Amino acid sequence: MDMTPAIPAGEARRATRGGALLSGPIVRRAALDAFAKLDPRRLVRNPVIFVTEVVAILVTVLAVRALALGQPWSFQAGIALWLWLTVLFATFAEAVAEGRGRAQAESLRRARTETRAKLLLRADDRTLWQPRAATKLRVGDLVLVEAGDLIPSDGEVVEGIASVNEAAVTGESAPVIRESGGDRSAVTGGTLVVSDWIVARITAAPGSTFLDRMISLVEGASRQKTPNEIALDILLAGMTIIFLIAVATLVGLASWNGQPPSIAVLAALLVTLIPTTIGGLLSAIGIAGMDRLVRFNVLATSGRAVEAAGDVDVLLLDKTGTITLGNRQAAGFIPVPGVTERDVAEAAVLSSLADETPEGRSILAFAKERHGIEAPALPDGARVIPFTAQTRISGLDLVQGSYRKGAVDALVRSLGGEAPAAMREAVDRIARAGGTPLAVAKDGRLLGAIELKDIVKTGMRARFDALRRMGIRTVMVTGDNRLTAAAIAAEAGVDDFIAEATPEDKLAYIRRAQAEGRLVAMAGDGTNDAPALAQADVGLAMQTGTQAAREAGNMVDLDSDPTKLIEVVEIGKQLLITRGALTTFSIANDVAKYFAILPAIFVASYPELGALNVMALASPGSAILSAVIFNALIIVALVPLALRGVRYVPVGAAALLRRNLLIYGLGGIVAPFIGIKLIDVILVVLGLA
Amino acid sequence: MTLIGWAQIALVLAAIVAAAIPLARYIAAVAAGRITFLAPVERAIYAAGGIDPARGMGWKGYTLAMLAANLAGFLLLYALLRLQGVLPLNPQGFDGLSPWLAFNTAISFVTNTNWQAYSGEAAMSYLSQMAGLSVQNFLSAATGIALALALCRAFAGGGLKGLGNFWADFVRVNLYVLVPLAVIVGLAFVALGMPQTLASYVEATTLEGGTQTIPLGPAAFQIAIKHLGTNGGGFFGVNAAHPFEGPSALATSLQIWSHQVIPFALALTFGHIVRDIRQGWALLAVMLAFVVAGTWIVYAAEAAGNPLHIAAGVDPAQGNMEGKEVRFGLALGALFVATTTGASCGAVNLMHDSLMPLGGLVPLFLIQLGEVLPGGVGSGLYGMIVFVLLAVFVAGLMVGRTPEYLGKKVQAREIKLAMLAVLVLPAAILGFTAVSVVLPVATASIQDKGPHGLSEMLYAYTSAAGNNGSAFGGLTADTPWMNTTLGIAMALGRFAYIVPMMAIAGSIAAKPKLAASTGTFPTHGPLFVGLLAGVILILGGLQFMPALALGPVAEHFVLAAGKTF
Repeated sequence: MDMTPAIPAGEARRATRGGALLSGPIVRRAALDAFAKLDPRRLVRNPVIFVTEVVAILVTVLAVRALALGQPWSFQAGIALWLWLTVLFATFAEAVAEGRGRAQAESLRRARTETRAKLLLRADDRTLWQPRAATKLRVGDLVLVEAGDLIPSDGEVVEGIASVNEAAVTGESAPVIRESGGDRSAVTGGTLVVSDWIVARITAAPGSTFLDRMISLVEGASRQKTPNEIALDILLAGMTIIFLIAVATLVGLASWNGQPPSIAVLAALLVTLIPTTIGGLLSAIGIAGMDRLVRFNVLATSGRAVEAAGDVDVLLLDKTGTITLGNRQAAGFIPVPGVTERDVAEAAVLSSLADETPEGRSILAFAKERHGIEAPALPDGARVIPFTAQTRISGLDLVQGSYRKGAVDALVRSLGGEAPAAMREAVDRIARAGGTPLAVAKDGRLLGAIELKDIVKTGMRARFDALRRMGIRTVMVTGDNRLTAAAIAAEAGVDDFIAEATPEDKLAYIRRAQAEGRLVAMAGDGTNDAPALAQADVGLAMQTGTQAAREAGNMVDLDSDPTKLIEVVEIGKQLLITRGALTTFSIANDVAKYFAILPAIFVASYPELGALNVMALASPGSAILSAVIFNALIIVALVPLALRGVRYVPVGAAALLRRNLLIYGLGGIVAPFIGIKLIDVILVVLGLA
Repeated sequence: MTLIGWAQIALVLAAIVAAAIPLARYIAAVAAGRITFLAPVERAIYAAGGIDPARGMGWKGYTLAMLAANLAGFLLLYALLRLQGVLPLNPQGFDGLSPWLAFNTAISFVTNTNWQAYSGEAAMSYLSQMAGLSVQNFLSAATGIALALALCRAFAGGGLKGLGNFWADFVRVNLYVLVPLAVIVGLAFVALGMPQTLASYVEATTLEGGTQTIPLGPAAFQIAIKHLGTNGGGFFGVNAAHPFEGPSALATSLQIWSHQVIPFALALTFGHIVRDIRQGWALLAVMLAFVVAGTWIVYAAEAAGNPLHIAAGVDPAQGNMEGKEVRFGLALGALFVATTTGASCGAVNLMHDSLMPLGGLVPLFLIQLGEVLPGGVGSGLYGMIVFVLLAVFVAGLMVGRTPEYLGKKVQAREIKLAMLAVLVLPAAILGFTAVSVVLPVATASIQDKGPHGLSEMLYAYTSAAGNNGSAFGGLTADTPWMNTTLGIAMALGRFAYIVPMMAIAGSIAAKPKLAASTGTFPTHGPLFVGLLAGVILILGGLQFMPALALGPVAEHFVLAAGKTF
């Protein structure tokens, strides 16, 4: 019995990420589900495959009737068999896609165990509580959660601070801090309080918690067709009707000179002409797209949001943590005249020995890398001067001297003098380049400056270039002043920036871009991001963020990595490309099928039409059967592509279109000629033709 | 095929495109109300009709106004045709038309089809020709152009409520485009030898001493609008093959120019109205490519000659001259065939029924592709844009964005309406043909056995539903069954297409116009031209392949095998 609680869920999901497309158990279960999905009441949602099933039933009845009457029945039975296989392959594709999601849902469901909550009876007294089943909690209830308790439902921390293991939803087992107020106040049902306690106000009704939504999402249970899917369905249904007309009227047209073709032959013609390939794979593509996002640890509230991601024109990215590494880092030591760079470096190292901030650590690392200075251990008897907001200076008093570093103006003032001109120049230059200068002094003497810089993450410039080729503008959002922002923007290679950004500025920028007809995506975590997240066409909220932000966005990143916005856009595009590519392929296939079936059908009336049998198929019977078999097998052959998605290359639309038209358009015309001929040869070899 | 022949074809096509460029700009100015040289006349018409030309109409208002105008036109024409026997300007004393024929003819001219189940010189009074058919030639053409302008406007901006004012568009297109062009072209036709008179027919004594009745009439100006408006209804029964309706190679060239110049210009007008002329050129390129390809196939098929004739001793260098006019030659004949059917005109300068099987396949297929190459005046452009929306929708996904055209998202509503529109043609053509080759009451109209007989019937409903008007003449069209069903096919092909198309215009107009970026699917340039051509062939053509295989394609292979029926 599996007693492990929350943790394995997320890890299981991570393990499946990038795993084999089709694993044994999923395929076995899908094969069974494929039969369950044959129910016409369910299949009617998919017009193309529904028509195929109706036709399959009709031909089956005819075959049975022929058998009963002692007429030749094997051809009809062969057609009927492959029509049924066409339907089954289509339902199988959908079942496989769902099965992959279900495997993840199973692991999630383990986290949603029956929890007993400690319901507070009075808001101001946390000693007074009564047990209550988590499923009976209502929105607005206050619950106490203490170390070792599972948080019973989604909520907002109103009191207290606790470390919480959220592995159940994020897969990340390092605990995170949750506290009242601020941007880390949201808690998720099913996650585990590891230390301390919190009082949370319940924000989700039973059955609609984050975990519940996540389960139904990955299972595809609550899946609704997306707008683009609906439009595509209409196109496919329309084409089905058109080909129904073309085939049905053949009964009349062919009887003008000769006999009309048999029902089985007309059924074969109809099914090969209607777009069964894309019809059979459409829902699998949609489910798989959602699934890719989930494997990527991003949850979308709807398929609509994933489609919108493909359309985005403008990306709003926060500077800190997204474009630059979270903290500033030392990038240079600039001495005043008469002092060597190494002197500055040594003084900087000693003044930072007790500095545990990332900036301080970066000074030690930089001095070691650039000047080979090993930081000594903090000597006994050293007096640490801590940084305070008032003095803005920190340092160390040692036997060999006192070392200080701090804000330039503060340190210079404390030394009681004027900075030399060279120092002022250096400071100005650093500020202009988007960095932050610190001053370093030893024994009351100014030695020089440390340049702290925002370090742009490696590879960001290349990614922004790629986005630009996709037609997407990147906008950096920062609280820095214009000068600093401009310098970092130039270094990172973004297209635009919003400096000294307030939440209102972000909102205004998004509205302006939308008024110009652009679609905007942004990532955010704080409560004050909520309006902008809601306004943006794609709002990616961070799992570590506030409940307000999570509600406002239409996607949640469980890893809380805003950089992933870029991949989300790519996944959206990939989904649409896959749909378009397979639609084009499916429609282009019709040309070859005509060349297989038309001469076969009409050769009895006009033997001269045999000239159209360019594939030199063995007999009319084998030609028709080969086309039907190809039509069925191509669905299975394309299942991996539908699940994996067509590879997306970030080039401009024109180049992408040329490439995909060549592969799926031209390929769609050529492939069936080869495939049908091959099947025909095999049928002949097997003696079936 | 000869070099001279191709030079003739190239010359005429060059003259069409050269004239289309300035005409496009001019029509765009007319659409914007910037052309005002007949302002007093315009104002008088508005005052008489109680029209406020500045009042914008939504798609429903615009469509209803158009339907009202066309219904009135139908009823008036029907009455006129029935009553022509008691009305003036009838020197030959023709009786009123039968109800079936009057119904068929009235619908035919209102829908810009100009299918003629009658022969003009043997059935129509001068009043019917001038006040009835000629007038409808103007009105049906103006209807098509007005609708196309409304659709163009839908793409011009974001969040639009109105598509323009139907009455203003209708009046302005007539006053500033059709009437002036018809006057100019009509005068040229008179100069080239076409009659324009109200005198009665002439009795002549032939060299053998027999008597011959030579029909005359107010022909030249009616012929001018018949081509300019892509109507196609001939003044005389054999249309532009008649010596008075197509007196010379120059006259037939000018006729080709006349039925191509406005449809091609409108593609560019679209570019002007959406303020991106490259979009117009892309559409024009697709149209031109099909015209050239169609001409080439017809020319090649006819120049190769009929194997049975050649076997019987006819000089193979002659090509297949059956049903053709020596004064035009094969090249201008082939160009006329491709343009008159590509353009939904339907005038003929040779007998389509006598074309070689593959030569006859071309006009059939060009009409079945939806009359968008370049299509009728206006109707060609709006039909083409429906195809563009489908092309953009299918292939546009492949660039990783939900499809859009000119900044307008193509969504479920547009696709639903576009598919409704695209359904009309196969339903009407294949449905009626399949019934009519089985029902004895219909099969009695078919002249030939074998695949050609099927082609005759298929051509009739193709021509009617495509609002073309040309025919395989072997078919007897003036029967109650044919008159009625062809009339219904014409009405469906016109109005059952227009209503969803206008609903698309309304839906597109209301959408915001998104900004383009390098991530946007480019809808100009050779790649898009090729894509659009492919989509027209596959979405517009594939459904007709089985029928065509049983008709002209079967006939081709059977004939090659030396078999006749």
